[in-house]
Amino acid sequence: MNKKSRSAIGIVGILLGILWLFPFYLIVTNSFKTPKGIFASVLSLPHPSTGTNYVNSFHALNFITSLTNSLIITVCSVLVIILASSMAAYALQRNHSKLSSALLMLFISAMLIPFQSVMIPLTANFGAVHFLNMWGLVVMYLGFDCSLSVFLYQGTLSSIPIAMDESAELEGASRWQIFTKVIFPMLSPITVTVAILNIIAIWNDYLLPSLVLPQAQYTIPLQMFNFFGEYTKQWHLALAGITISIIPVILFYLFAQKWIIKGVTDGAVK
Amino acid sequence: MKNKSLSFWLFLTPTLVALALVVFIPVIEGLFYSFTDWDGLTFTKMVGFQNYITLFHDKAFINAFWFTVGFVIVTVIMLNVIGLGLALLVTQKFKGNNFLRTVFFMPNMIGGLILGFIWQFIFTQGFQALGNALHMDWLQNWLTNETTGFWGLVIVTVWQMSGYIMIIYIAYLQNIPNEIIEAAKIDGASAWQRFTKITFPMIAPAFTVCMFLTLSNGFKIYDQNLSLTNGGPYNSTQMLAMDIVNTAYNSANFSLSEAKAIVFFIIVAAISLLQVAYNRKREEDL
Repeated sequence: MNKKSRSAIGIVGILLGILWLFPFYLIVTNSFKTPKGIFASVLSLPHPSTGTNYVNSFHALNFITSLTNSLIITVCSVLVIILASSMAAYALQRNHSKLSSALLMLFISAMLIPFQSVMIPLTANFGAVHFLNMWGLVVMYLGFDCSLSVFLYQGTLSSIPIAMDESAELEGASRWQIFTKVIFPMLSPITVTVAILNIIAIWNDYLLPSLVLPQAQYTIPLQMFNFFGEYTKQWHLALAGITISIIPVILFYLFAQKWIIKGVTDGAVK
Repeated sequence: MKNKSLSFWLFLTPTLVALALVVFIPVIEGLFYSFTDWDGLTFTKMVGFQNYITLFHDKAFINAFWFTVGFVIVTVIMLNVIGLGLALLVTQKFKGNNFLRTVFFMPNMIGGLILGFIWQFIFTQGFQALGNALHMDWLQNWLTNETTGFWGLVIVTVWQMSGYIMIIYIAYLQNIPNEIIEAAKIDGASAWQRFTKITFPMIAPAFTVCMFLTLSNGFKIYDQNLSLTNGGPYNSTQMLAMDIVNTAYNSANFSLSEAKAIVFFIIVAAISLLQVAYNRKREEDL
């Protein structure tokens, strides 16, 4: 490629990058304005700028509580999904029978069922046994998200030779020891993928937790929804709230970007 | 591991129990309730296909169906064209291509609910201001009618998902051996010929993956719909998923909502399976 066309491509790239970032620019700059400032000019930089929007929306969002709830639910669900799915995939992959292929098909077919088809009976059943809370939610996430995770683990397991199991067995290891000491450590690349995919999905989920969680256990998206309903047309507060609530996600992205890109690619391609 | 061995079943128990409790038992219950007059707690009688007949005459459902179909067609095309375009762009060698990848993918990290709120501000306040500054009328009063609501949803989805589709195309583009491209160059193939004759056929599997993802995601969208337009004005921008949720929780018509959800399931599953089968066949033909 010659120099001219290379710099032309660079310029197109920069322009598109600016276009992509422009919404973030508008949200962040306006979150520092007074209501009057937003009314006067949306496109300009904040002048005078104020931090009170952040103080107010931080309290209105109950941010520490909702951040903690989001963290507990996401971390617990992802750990449970990783452990249970890798175990299931191990059992299915090391058993070459019609039964295990039928069970794998069962997992895959569950992926085709949209959430709306199960939502009402699901919440009714869990409600009947008083499990409409964050622990019930963890079980639900295991049910909804294990299919893809089992499928991903199953693919990777097929590349780990069965000789590994057999030699450990000869040394007298139990099935559980073989799995935890020999097999699971070898799965860590795909474990990262499973973790990333589930973290993104669960952290951002709205509809399911909105049907399940009591107000004291509200996560960030649920709190944002309530907050937005209360402060409609008060954009100065709403924008500060949006900025606060996306900061954890952006930090996580910038920190774990390499794994996220790999995880997202694996999840879609495999 | 043997079928009959205890460890086989112990390893499978947690996921099978969760899958049964969360997906299979509820979906069977739901299917059953769709043939009753269930009110969310009890039902008094079986009603046969009454709920299914009702839903085909339900204006809100039919409207949501066509709105969703239009949305899916437009977003599938735009996401694949823009996603592939971005992938081709950032795989060129120029300064900052890695930074651009980071930027294009970033919206995908943010949940649909918050994305919708972000763009509600952009459309109602930002577009208004731009329209005033540039004297462009078409930038004003966004989200106040069906057309701008539709394109608003399309723009949010494209902004969110293009980076995701880009990542997948990049993975396939990087698998093309450089020697083939170089050999074609030596043989005098133009950039356009190299793209249509080499790159395009070699990334055919990526189309299967991306079409599947964009299709099924498009049909299932709910969060963006809720936070951007909330289906308004007058339910004109309500998509299928939202119509089903609202039939249950706003109109308290649970058995009708279940019937709609079963139809929704059949549509989504059929399209997904057909699409995968079709693309598999086409890949083989190439």
